[in-house]
Amino acid sequence: MKISVNKWFASGSPWIFLNAAAVAISVIMVAGLLILIAVRGLGHFWPADIIEAEHIGKTQTTRVIGEIADHREVSTDQLRDAGYSFPAEQETASRLLLKVGNRDVGGADFRWVLERELRNSRYPETLFAAERTEWGNFYGYLKEVKEGETTVASLTSANHQDLWNALQERIARARQLHEQIYEIEKHEIGTINHGLERLRLKSRSLELKGELTAAHQAELAADRAVFDQQYKGLQARLSELYRAFERDSMIAEAMDGSLVEVKISKVVRAYLPNSMNVVDKIGFYCAKLWEFVSDEPREANTEGGVFPAIFGTVMMVLLMSVLVTPFGVIAAVYLREYAKQGLVTRIIRIAVNNLAGVPSIVYGVFGLGFFIYFLGGNIDQLFFPEALPAPTFGTPGLLWASLTLALLTVPVVIVATEEGLSRIPRSLREGSLALGATKAETLWRVVLPMSSPAIMTGVILAVARAAGEVAPLMLVGVVKLAPSLPLDGNYPFLHLDQKFMHLGFHIYDVGFQSPNVEAARPLVYATALLLVAVIALLNFLAVTIRNRLREKYKALEN
Amino acid sequence: MDTNTHTLAPELDFDTPALARHRKFRALKERMTTSAVGAGGMCVIVAIMLIFIYLLYEVVPLFKAAEISQWEQFGKPVQAYTLEGSNTPAVYLTLEEQNEVALKIDTVGNALFFDAATGHIRKQVEINRPANTEVSSFALDSESSRVFALGLDNGQIVVAKHNYKISYPDDIRTIAPSISYPYGETPMEIGADFGEIKHLAVRNGDDGLVLVGSNKDQKLGLLILSKEENFMTEEVELSSEFYKLPSLTSEPVKLLIAPDMRWIYALDQAGNLSLFDIKDPQNPQLQAVHKTTTGQITDVGFLLGGTSLMIADDQGRVTQWFLVRDQDNQWDLKKVRSFNNDSSQGSPTTPLSTLAMEHRRKGFATADNQGVVTLYSATAGNQVLSQQLTNENIRSMAFSPRANALLTEDDQGTLSFWQVDNKHPEVSWAALWQEIWYEGYDKPDFVWQSSAATNDFEPKYSLMPLAFGTLKAAIYAMLMATPLAICGAIYTAYFMAPALRRKIKPFIELMEALPTVILGFLAGLWLAPFVETNLASIFTLLLVVPIGTLVFAYFWSQIPDDSSWQLPDGWDAALLIPVIILLVWLSMPLSTGIENLFFDGDLRTYTTRELGITYDQRNALVVGLAMGFAVIPTIFSITEDAIFSVPRHLTEGSLALGATPWQTLTRVVLPTASPGIFSALMIGMGRAVGETMIVLMATGNTPIMDINIFEGMRTLAANIAVEMPESEVGSSHFRILFLAALVLFMFTFVVNTLAEVVRQHLRQKYGSL
Repeated sequence: MKISVNKWFASGSPWIFLNAAAVAISVIMVAGLLILIAVRGLGHFWPADIIEAEHIGKTQTTRVIGEIADHREVSTDQLRDAGYSFPAEQETASRLLLKVGNRDVGGADFRWVLERELRNSRYPETLFAAERTEWGNFYGYLKEVKEGETTVASLTSANHQDLWNALQERIARARQLHEQIYEIEKHEIGTINHGLERLRLKSRSLELKGELTAAHQAELAADRAVFDQQYKGLQARLSELYRAFERDSMIAEAMDGSLVEVKISKVVRAYLPNSMNVVDKIGFYCAKLWEFVSDEPREANTEGGVFPAIFGTVMMVLLMSVLVTPFGVIAAVYLREYAKQGLVTRIIRIAVNNLAGVPSIVYGVFGLGFFIYFLGGNIDQLFFPEALPAPTFGTPGLLWASLTLALLTVPVVIVATEEGLSRIPRSLREGSLALGATKAETLWRVVLPMSSPAIMTGVILAVARAAGEVAPLMLVGVVKLAPSLPLDGNYPFLHLDQKFMHLGFHIYDVGFQSPNVEAARPLVYATALLLVAVIALLNFLAVTIRNRLREKYKALEN
Repeated sequence: MDTNTHTLAPELDFDTPALARHRKFRALKERMTTSAVGAGGMCVIVAIMLIFIYLLYEVVPLFKAAEISQWEQFGKPVQAYTLEGSNTPAVYLTLEEQNEVALKIDTVGNALFFDAATGHIRKQVEINRPANTEVSSFALDSESSRVFALGLDNGQIVVAKHNYKISYPDDIRTIAPSISYPYGETPMEIGADFGEIKHLAVRNGDDGLVLVGSNKDQKLGLLILSKEENFMTEEVELSSEFYKLPSLTSEPVKLLIAPDMRWIYALDQAGNLSLFDIKDPQNPQLQAVHKTTTGQITDVGFLLGGTSLMIADDQGRVTQWFLVRDQDNQWDLKKVRSFNNDSSQGSPTTPLSTLAMEHRRKGFATADNQGVVTLYSATAGNQVLSQQLTNENIRSMAFSPRANALLTEDDQGTLSFWQVDNKHPEVSWAALWQEIWYEGYDKPDFVWQSSAATNDFEPKYSLMPLAFGTLKAAIYAMLMATPLAICGAIYTAYFMAPALRRKIKPFIELMEALPTVILGFLAGLWLAPFVETNLASIFTLLLVVPIGTLVFAYFWSQIPDDSSWQLPDGWDAALLIPVIILLVWLSMPLSTGIENLFFDGDLRTYTTRELGITYDQRNALVVGLAMGFAVIPTIFSITEDAIFSVPRHLTEGSLALGATPWQTLTRVVLPTASPGIFSALMIGMGRAVGETMIVLMATGNTPIMDINIFEGMRTLAANIAVEMPESEVGSSHFRILFLAALVLFMFTFVVNTLAEVVRQHLRQKYGSL
């Protein structure tokens, strides 16, 4: 069957195809985006092989060692401008981004090289990579392991395997010591500092009330002395631990041939990627993944994990749901069950709907002005005068962030709950009332339990929205690095006034405010993937609950 | 069946005390629930209204009128007073930071420190000068440096400084005023046999002092004192050099030196301004002579920062002048604006007697010979307040450093102390939305620049570049999103197979839940460099994909209906996915070819080099793509609902009458659903306008006004996110950011309400169909 072009156009089917193309493009974009984030995010943890090669530069030949981080085709015109010569017919040349690490030796983490300038590329098995707590990764050859000034193992006296084992042993020991030190510094000394701060506030508050008598002062001084005593003890233990911690070091040969001494206390882990088999690599991958979700960030957030950000996000979202659920549900019940339906409720409904469309930054501004400066400022005056002029609640913090986001998401809960309420068949309410139940009893025993899935849906959607919202948080409580978690073992345990870290803000901060964007980029992808996964999961959950709810009421209606 | 059996009703007594109590309890519960729900509901509604009210509450003070009232001490207004033992007029009046101590320097060279509120004299200092000399002239460096100079009748000059030392003995603030001599107590000379210094100007800088004086012969003398630190001993050595300037033709009323120590202004009574360039002091140039007024000059002064010269005349007018670079890059003194008293208080032509400059803002006050004081803001070019304070001529006036108090001295020597409430003079409707000629600019312009490193900076609060940037970003996003979202929705709602629709719709709606911070980060770090290197492919795609799709569709339509290749109806979209991926893949080499053929191998460099278009890596195209992506699901979802809920009988009727599906769509379905589509676009627009993170990360955040797709912008929302944390609470900047938030709030609220009303209307219409 042959159709002429004119007839085909007249039938309108080309336009239908164009419309179909729009859907296809949208689907490709969404899928492409998700795949992009997933591939980049998950690829980050895979141990890349380390390449060693001779780089033929314009003036000299140097050795390069590093991971290939990126690969790009560059037009030769640009390169010719930069002084390279190419055959006339060649249009593009491939350029590699090498992660050469060793920031303490070479200065920069990354280096662009033309692929054709690399000669004699090889992947030696003894080439190792070390992740460090400062100066980024180290790549090179291990030469010696030292304990203080004495060499315990070196290539001259032992084979590489023994040397490597000696290194791993010592790294394990250093990590263990590090954990002890961390425990003391973070928890025990943190508790003492917290106690001292509370004593200071107590003394100041007594002073403000004019009740600071000699007896009080003596009591406070005694308490302070106890803390000081404890502190001295810990300090002694710490310095001992630090001495043991700083004991070992290793000598390694860097890319430029120089021998570098690296303190083992600074090494987080060392590995030989070129000699790893697939099983080793999978093991390594899982370990890195676990580190990512469970560890604290290092090196200005560009390395390590995102645990504090996950924790902060979860805390904030939990607090927000505790605040938003009752208010959203009550407002919806009021609008649907109690208020007289008419123009006023219609206007309120429109207003509530519109609030969902108000830019989130406006809520941030409101939160900063009203909650923090106005409410918080007054709370400080009334309840925390002893801490002034340092603000307690008059500064961005967890409580205000949660409250702001609760306000932001309350329309979501109201709308979802109202929809749930409207789906409950009238007959059920009337049945309950006919049996003699009061309106309140009907509400408690019949209406609310039946609409609970709808409420759940609303809360989940609110949580999903809140988890991804960053703009208002930048004004009301998020920081790039919080010294401690908002929940810990010190009274009052949940620190509502504390600033916190957040996954979304972490992405913004590391991706755009970090001093070393190139090095941090893979981590940003991984964080983004985590956030997308959480939010997609929450949305999926909401949709599933909603669908099950619909099925349930369909059955009831029949 | 036994009909005689009676089921005996159990003996039930509903009036036992226990049941009565229970009933009461239930009634109480009922009442409590009702009131709790009512209160809670109201609470939420109030909270919603609170946002609007609070934003307004923060914004309103911006537009509050200024006030001048009598200074109050201990709850009582203070009375005007005269200074005991001093009837000589002031050559200089000033106040210190705390508004506690005032200083009057009189014509005979006495410095009187007194209580600003009561006139009680705290300290009287005679400024050091040789015996048998008289003070003949006075010059002030700047209010903030507190350095001044006195010219003597023997040709010598004394440079001094007034200081205030604050201490807190017994927790009571005590201010100890004093006079010091930063350049030593020995008077300086401006040249041999110069004679009486009739007029004087002084400028003190980090590395020296410049003095200009005139004598009775209208000769000008210039003295440049350079400080040099001996870095061995760290002692400061002074070296002085004298220069001669061209003589003036008439007696000056005022000499002034600009802070850059390059320009000297000399003004005479008749309003002639002579401008000297002393860049090369050996060879001083008379740059130009300007006629500044038709009347007579009564007072002249520099605005904060020393860039703008304010000239007051006897016709009630103040004119503002500053140096501007002209087309040939030459400095040229321009009259920028003039200020006239246009209120009912006082007549606009009453001669002005004195000017007072604010110490920390670009504001000033004038006083006339009828005792009317008028406050102006120079940047905004507006009159803030005009009020008659006395019936006498005010001969001298001073602002306090914080501009919250004003001290006036009238012809009788009576001093009055006034409280000034003028918090946001620089904000006016015109300053926010109209072109303003800022200092250092060669023409009026829209500029947003809220802060700078220096204290004498002129804040530029034009919201126009931000509003423009907001609309620019939104429009580019809508250009990207509208066709894709609406076409996609049409297909999904009307043509797509139901089984596929159930999967596709939630999938696209998932995009809506995607945090914008992720889109922004991808746009900034991945898309922006990608677009820069593949600029040509982006534009090639726009052509290749539609044409390729049509070509494919045509060939597909040639496949016979009964072939096993034929897909069921409504699966074309799934079929097109691999086709489009293939087309995208094909367009890459194609674009390279096009680039090599037409654009010298690289479109990106071609636009800058050949077309002269600026290219920022983070530009409107990137924002349009990323934000379009964010807006698509919003528009898609609402449009899809609108089209899907067009009653079936309408479309079936149309099809039954022989219309093709496409005709039915364009003639029946779309017109019916058009209000819904309109409301979808409105809501999408609202979302694009308020989006923060994408613009924050994918643009350079430069507040420029240029429609160029390859340049960035700064939007209202991103501006709030960037500047709010650093803004000082209660300052004009802070309140303007609230105003920006209010504008965003109002805009989205109005747009969304409109959309919602349209949708409700539509729903009713469908209901009736």
